[in-house]
Amino acid sequence: MERTIYREIKVTPQVIQIAVLLGAFILAAAVAVLYIEAHGHIVTGMTNQIVWGLPHVFAVFLIVAASGALNVASIASVFGKTPYKPLSRLSGLLAMSLLAGGLAVLVLDLGRPDRLIVQMTHYNFSSIFTWNILLYSGFFAVVSAYLFVQMARGISARTVKVVGFAAFVWRLALTTGTGSIFGWIMARAAYESAIMAPLFIVMSFSFGLAFFILVLTLSCRLTGRVLGVKLLNRLGRLLGIFAALVLYFTAVQHLTSHYWARDGGIEQFLLFDGGIYTQLFWIGQVLIGGIIPMALVFHPTGGIKPASSIVASVLVILGGFAQVYVIIIGGQAFPLDIFPGYTVSSSFFDGQINTYTPSLPELALGLGGVALAVALTGFGMKILRILPTNLSDVNVGQS
Amino acid sequence: MKLPAVKFDERPAEMHRRDFMKAGAALATVTLAPGVTLMAFGGDASAEASASKRWGLLVDVNKCAKDCDACVTACSKENGWRLPENPETDAQWIRKVNLTDKDTGREASLPVMCQHCEEPPCVDVCPTGASFKRVDGIVLVDKHICIGCRYCMMACPYKARSFVHEDLTDQKPWAPRGKGTVESCTMCVHRVDAGQKPACVEACAATGNGAIIFGDLRDPESEISKALANYPSTALRADMGLNPGVRYQNL
Repeated sequence: MERTIYREIKVTPQVIQIAVLLGAFILAAAVAVLYIEAHGHIVTGMTNQIVWGLPHVFAVFLIVAASGALNVASIASVFGKTPYKPLSRLSGLLAMSLLAGGLAVLVLDLGRPDRLIVQMTHYNFSSIFTWNILLYSGFFAVVSAYLFVQMARGISARTVKVVGFAAFVWRLALTTGTGSIFGWIMARAAYESAIMAPLFIVMSFSFGLAFFILVLTLSCRLTGRVLGVKLLNRLGRLLGIFAALVLYFTAVQHLTSHYWARDGGIEQFLLFDGGIYTQLFWIGQVLIGGIIPMALVFHPTGGIKPASSIVASVLVILGGFAQVYVIIIGGQAFPLDIFPGYTVSSSFFDGQINTYTPSLPELALGLGGVALAVALTGFGMKILRILPTNLSDVNVGQS
Repeated sequence: MKLPAVKFDERPAEMHRRDFMKAGAALATVTLAPGVTLMAFGGDASAEASASKRWGLLVDVNKCAKDCDACVTACSKENGWRLPENPETDAQWIRKVNLTDKDTGREASLPVMCQHCEEPPCVDVCPTGASFKRVDGIVLVDKHICIGCRYCMMACPYKARSFVHEDLTDQKPWAPRGKGTVESCTMCVHRVDAGQKPACVEACAATGNGAIIFGDLRDPESEISKALANYPSTALRADMGLNPGVRYQNL
């Protein structure tokens, strides 16, 4: 077992091709933002019924995945698992990049993105949004410090552990804040629940690790660096456990709501009658994002193939996206129950299931956020010593 | 083009007299277009918001005619929002909702607008403090610091708020609006501060229905307080404990 050596990635024609592709997506997002800014949100699919749309699905997905991407580093320095240690730097870099991508989407979808400075000078501390701004900013600071102590010479392991622990606690607080954006909304039956915070935390474990596995695999392939099969299997099995946790928390969420007569309507809608939302829930989240990835990574023989972990990661991301879509869009599609016990109608769609068709500019903005996150990760790997030269099983150990 | 000399952290309703004088002096220079000036809610009388008052509305559902939308039309005209042409995206500060009791089949019709809660969720969730409640209970949006995040729309249990999805024309100087910001019923704060009743209340009275009473909930001698004291009334989603300033009778 040799000493782990970290090296910047080299710019190869393949890397340039990917950079150009990512740049195209980011450019498309920029054009979409200017287009929405000029015409107003009338050119999006969002309405006064579905007030948060596809950009918010992308933004929440990326922000949730960001904190989860840090898990690999936490497992290494907080929980002392040596095989994960060489992956810690990438874990921290990816976490910050995903958060930057998600926040970019969120901010650029504002009705007045030009007033970001107003947000930076006016804080209402009774708003969980305000707390999240502090949690997101702090996350960059804490994870930057974490990366620094990992990369600087002469820093003791104990210091790394202390900073790593701080980052771990911070990421839990951050995702609690993100989940509470929804959990604290009393007005909507689909949201008001304390389980949203822990549900978002397990979602972050799962989505973040899936992203990490894909970025790690792609980076090693592009740069010709060895990635041990056993290490990949190990990450894949962990992903399977996280996917199971997401299913468990989702089950508790829906069983509780289903038990309350008050929430019978929203549950019937999401789980049985909701059309696209019901399909996304059962086929997207449960089957594609939960059961199939678990079957792939836990299969006695198939599970040890490298492809299993990679395919499972892709499926977890697709299923996770479906889950966030159902939470955000599906939760708004169901009408507010202002008059319990009455059937209602109005010119403002009271009592009606709201429809939503995402527009191209929204999709472009969301994909641009993903591209930005990946591009920032790649750029970080290019200028910093993030990726180890050798991640073979012999080298990273199996303790 | 300069904004009036109202500091961001000052609510017009809480301005001191001297601040108001400064703002008034600045107004002459901030004319945006003929007849349109950038002035926050209320104008001169906004300095008169009093914590000893709590403005409220009482809607008698039995008097509200199903086919009448005089309150909606009056609000639209008074505040310069167009009656819905594109109902999915156009703002609706007030709307008529028709109800049918699922068990008994009893029908009712009533207006729904911002309920001007004592504990407004929109104010709690607003990250910049653009959503705010005046000391007299009127809930407003400060269009100068609304960033258009729409969290207030997610949090409002009454679907009272609208987002401005496109460019606006024909704005009223006393009811400034802005593309990319959120808005809702202001209880016609500019009229209330001038000692008048909200447009919807006057329009309803003019039809002869007289279904909406406006007044000070803290004044036991006001018409609204007497009506509330003598007849049962309810708040929408009373279970949420928001204590709205808008109440309904015979619902």
